[in-house]
Amino acid sequence: MKTAEELFNLLKEKFDDSIIELKSDKPVDPIITVNPLEVDKVCLFLREEKDLQFDSLMNLSGVDDANGEKIKDEKGLETIKGGTLSVYYHLESTSLKHKLTLKVSTSREKPEIVTVTESWKSADWHEREAYDMYGIIFINHPDLRRILMPYDWEFGYPLRKDYKNPEFYQGMKVPY
Amino acid sequence: MGLLDQEFTEGNIVIAKTEDLFNWARLSSLWQVGFGLACCAIEMMATSASHYDFDRFGVIPRPSPRQSDVIIISGTVTLKMAIRVKRLYEQMPDPKYVISMGSCANCGGPYWEHGYHVLKGVDRVIPVDVYVPGCPPRPEALLEGLLKLQEKIRNESIVKKSA
Amino acid sequence: MALKTEEMVLNMGPQHPSTHGVLRLELQLDGEIIINVIPHIGYLHRCFEKHAEAMTYPQVIPYTDRMDYLASMYNEFGYALTMERLMKIEIPERVEYIRVIMGELQRIASHLVALGTYGADIGAFTPFLFCFRDRERILHLFEITCGARLLYNYIWIGGVSHDLHPDFKRLTRDFIKDFKPNLKELNDLLSYNRIFIERTANVGVLPLETAINYGVTGPNLRASGMKWDLRKDDPYSVYHKFDYEIPVGSGEKGKTGDCWDRYFIRVREMEESLKIIEQAIETIPDGDVTSAIPKRVKPLEGHVYARVENPRGELGYFIISDGSLNPARVKVRAPSFVTMQVLPELCKGFMVADVVAILGSIDIVLGEIDR
Repeated sequence: MKTAEELFNLLKEKFDDSIIELKSDKPVDPIITVNPLEVDKVCLFLREEKDLQFDSLMNLSGVDDANGEKIKDEKGLETIKGGTLSVYYHLESTSLKHKLTLKVSTSREKPEIVTVTESWKSADWHEREAYDMYGIIFINHPDLRRILMPYDWEFGYPLRKDYKNPEFYQGMKVPY
Repeated sequence: MGLLDQEFTEGNIVIAKTEDLFNWARLSSLWQVGFGLACCAIEMMATSASHYDFDRFGVIPRPSPRQSDVIIISGTVTLKMAIRVKRLYEQMPDPKYVISMGSCANCGGPYWEHGYHVLKGVDRVIPVDVYVPGCPPRPEALLEGLLKLQEKIRNESIVKKSA
Repeated sequence: MALKTEEMVLNMGPQHPSTHGVLRLELQLDGEIIINVIPHIGYLHRCFEKHAEAMTYPQVIPYTDRMDYLASMYNEFGYALTMERLMKIEIPERVEYIRVIMGELQRIASHLVALGTYGADIGAFTPFLFCFRDRERILHLFEITCGARLLYNYIWIGGVSHDLHPDFKRLTRDFIKDFKPNLKELNDLLSYNRIFIERTANVGVLPLETAINYGVTGPNLRASGMKWDLRKDDPYSVYHKFDYEIPVGSGEKGKTGDCWDRYFIRVREMEESLKIIEQAIETIPDGDVTSAIPKRVKPLEGHVYARVENPRGELGYFIISDGSLNPARVKVRAPSFVTMQVLPELCKGFMVADVVAILGSIDIVLGEIDR
């Protein structure tokens, strides 16, 4: 069992600049922020190290932080410029029973994060889903294509806060 | 006018109108496509299982649309699925009937407002004969819907489809 | 030199009686042997996460019902638990007991569907009717409690919507009494049926290492030989007060982690659930079930990940709150979604007919995979 602070110090020692900060003031779980281009190495270390053994990726979720500049056009529709998209990783060790939350943030215009499929196979579909819903590109992902939406969906990424639904898809009316 | 109301006192001859005979045959063995979409499919399964026994109305699930008479759209039709639903419908031989089961298939149900990937009503892709409301409809409601469909078939004319 | 034969691609679904919903599998075959399986999902993507962002916190509950529609109670349970953890709400003990009873009844109902349809997939139709007969009894218990058969909206943040019906205890005792011999009947009819064992034993073996790496949880993981159940390993609610076992697969009829193991784990889990319900129904304390329900659900800014042991595995909710009345993000870690990824690994090298056996044994619900 290791606390988030111990884990943070351990990671900071090993990876230095790639580990950005530890946030534990807000409820409920503490979060360690990591550099999006180094997250694969951090994860591999977390998985392989003997006294960490994070052998299970519980969850991986893309999040639209919606912290950019909000621009309204003449119809009142909102688009967001700038700001970040994030991905949260919830890790767990089934043998040592400790948990950890990692967060990486990347720019909204060019969202790129290195894949963690090398550490956990379960990340595969989770990352495809994050790509499908937020358009986050996972570098080195073995099979990055849409998963829930149709393969020919070309109207953007639905879970982004400024997503606009199309009128028609393949001749079918979409809005109510 | 029922089918068997003119019977000779002896012998095995029954007189009926072709129309009545055809309609009676059609409504008494409505084979459905064994096809479930979402939550309503579970209620559809419950309807065909022990307690409610869909069989007694001649409804038997068939794995292939080519052997079926009725398709029960049981659940949310998404845009990705709508194309397949249409294709299934087109594969069924005439005469074919559609029961739209549950709010989602009727009009989008709880997903009508923010459902960016939900088709708001299956009647946007295929014609529907009977709508069964509910989220999900109880098995009794589905049975009622089937009886309504049978009533509709009973009054059908061969020359012109009454719908 | 052996000639290489041409590969064939066979499409299975989205309309197929054995895919348990709208799943499409692309099978790559060498003759009748499976080289690879590519699952295509999303045919039931109902935009749960978008809806959650547009609704207030209590309004999300009916939508959680509709994800895993075979285990609606447990979905609500998980969501309520997550919100209570985020808002630090203490809930009355009676509510906890009711939730556990409902959750375990739901587990039995869900497993009954899984086993019944599995039998039907393999070719035994009678168990399907038997399972649905018993399931109707459970649905009746739910119905007298909250008025709905399938999607309940019963477990709310901080409490439950109604107290138990006066007849509930009696009917539940009756059900347990009747269900025990029925379980034995199911075993005689299906579990130890020679044909059934031939079809399922040694088929679709899932090694433990692979299972953990793919994030497989729940009965499927336990069938592979790991004693991992969140009710014991990450305790929540009042599960620690009850005495029950966690069944683990042992390879009784073949190898550990084969289809038969995954099937039989569920039968044994139903027995354990009965034990929990029996204990809970006798020791349930009195109290008010609605007293802790907040009038206005407005959590502080923050985020939380909480999980429960759903009939299919680890159901997790990741909720980000921005301090307003609507959640900023609700992500669901659906057990079937994660389990589904392992299907190609399981199928490789087996016959086409085994795909149905393997798919049925991992017990997926498409509503949860696609959300």
